[in-house]
Amino acid sequence: MTDKLSRRQVAWRLAQDIEDGNYVNLGIGMPELVANYIPDDREIVFHSENGILGMGCEPRANKVDYDLINAGKKPVTMLPGGAFFHHADSFGMIRGGHIDVCVLGAFQVSAVGDLANWSTGGPDAVPAVGGAMDLAVGARKVLVMTDHNTKKGDFKIVDDCSYPLTGAGVVNTVFTDIAVIDILEGGPNVREKVAGVSFDELQSRTGTELAGADTCSELLAPDVG
Amino acid sequence: MIDKIIENLAESVSVIEDGAVVLISGFGESGNPTELVHALIDHGARDLTLVNNNAGNGHVGLAALLESGQVRKMICSFPRSSHSEVFDTMYVGGRIELEVVPQGTLAERIRAAGAGIGGFYTRTTIGTPLADGKERRIYNGEEYVLEDPLYADVALVKANLADRWGNLTYRLAARNFGPIMCTAAKTTIVQARQIVDLGEIPPEQVVTPGIYVDRVVEVANPGSEREMIENDVHYPAGGAE
Repeated sequence: MTDKLSRRQVAWRLAQDIEDGNYVNLGIGMPELVANYIPDDREIVFHSENGILGMGCEPRANKVDYDLINAGKKPVTMLPGGAFFHHADSFGMIRGGHIDVCVLGAFQVSAVGDLANWSTGGPDAVPAVGGAMDLAVGARKVLVMTDHNTKKGDFKIVDDCSYPLTGAGVVNTVFTDIAVIDILEGGPNVREKVAGVSFDELQSRTGTELAGADTCSELLAPDVG
Repeated sequence: MIDKIIENLAESVSVIEDGAVVLISGFGESGNPTELVHALIDHGARDLTLVNNNAGNGHVGLAALLESGQVRKMICSFPRSSHSEVFDTMYVGGRIELEVVPQGTLAERIRAAGAGIGGFYTRTTIGTPLADGKERRIYNGEEYVLEDPLYADVALVKANLADRWGNLTYRLAARNFGPIMCTAAKTTIVQARQIVDLGEIPPEQVVTPGIYVDRVVEVANPGSEREMIENDVHYPAGGAE
């Protein structure tokens, strides 16, 4: 019985929820893995905040061009049909509700879908927000990809975020290494959980009350590494 | 006759005065006008406010300008990066002011300044500490905050092709902040890989029309900041403290 998905498996599971024809923005870091697992029969257009639609995969070493990078500053390629545009247009697309899905990491997600992912509020930290606040309010659907708990075992899904917010009431679904949780009107509802973790154990690892004990199904992912 | 072409980098930046607000194009290591920034270091204008998405990398370009002590304040969305040690050290040491602006708000504030728009309302930052103290308004039942235009004295922008009227194209995703920054400054100074004759850029391929551009200087083989950082280049050479 699976008691935990790998990061790549979480990316695979999230990718199954992205629909054919979606315009998708992947956040920096873990969310970038999602691009590897889009089902072959779906055509997705990836948006990068620095002014790209139709972004392709990582280039071969001899094709690297640092004028063609993604939001994470990594070299990428263009697909046929792709387009470049300036930053104000790029964020007009984001704020204007033209991006169907964005995938973001999280420090914390609250029961009502508040997202905290830019600052831990420490006095010595250099604050850095990037495009996360624009994506959080602008994308039609905000999917969060995160470990269920911190490395120290602290809750990441909580009643109220203790860290400064990125956006209020913006998260639709959280994909973790042990569960898929939809943030509904009535609160967090477990859609899927791994078989190796009981609902009670899932609840004990979560800092807010979960619904869905009787309705959730098994969280499965193929061995993608 | 209109001829915006300037023969050398030093002359192109000679108009920048102390206390100027300077927009610098680029995102990460793409679209940075590194040679213009180095010319500004040599020029020596002080007490500058810089606007860029990031806060420089390594010890070249924007980071070198910070290191030179000519900058009072940095306005950006994401100062942190794997090679941002110059900014990080200055910030933690209290030697530079920082205004963090969400990336889309930064872009729109620049666009507004260039388009004669006196501010705009956005949902970005609602519910976050960055909305504190800002005027609010409800549209379609949702709360928005007021953001001001970001006016600038100078824009330093990297382009691909340019002509003597100042029409510009950009390479790949190096376009990023360039087109909006060109519109928002009193004086826009451009470094282009190649200056071509009028008409060589087909009108439908002009990205920035020359009306927004004041000075153009050719830098045929701009340095790669990525390579300079990998080779631990410092500007000016031997300038490391």
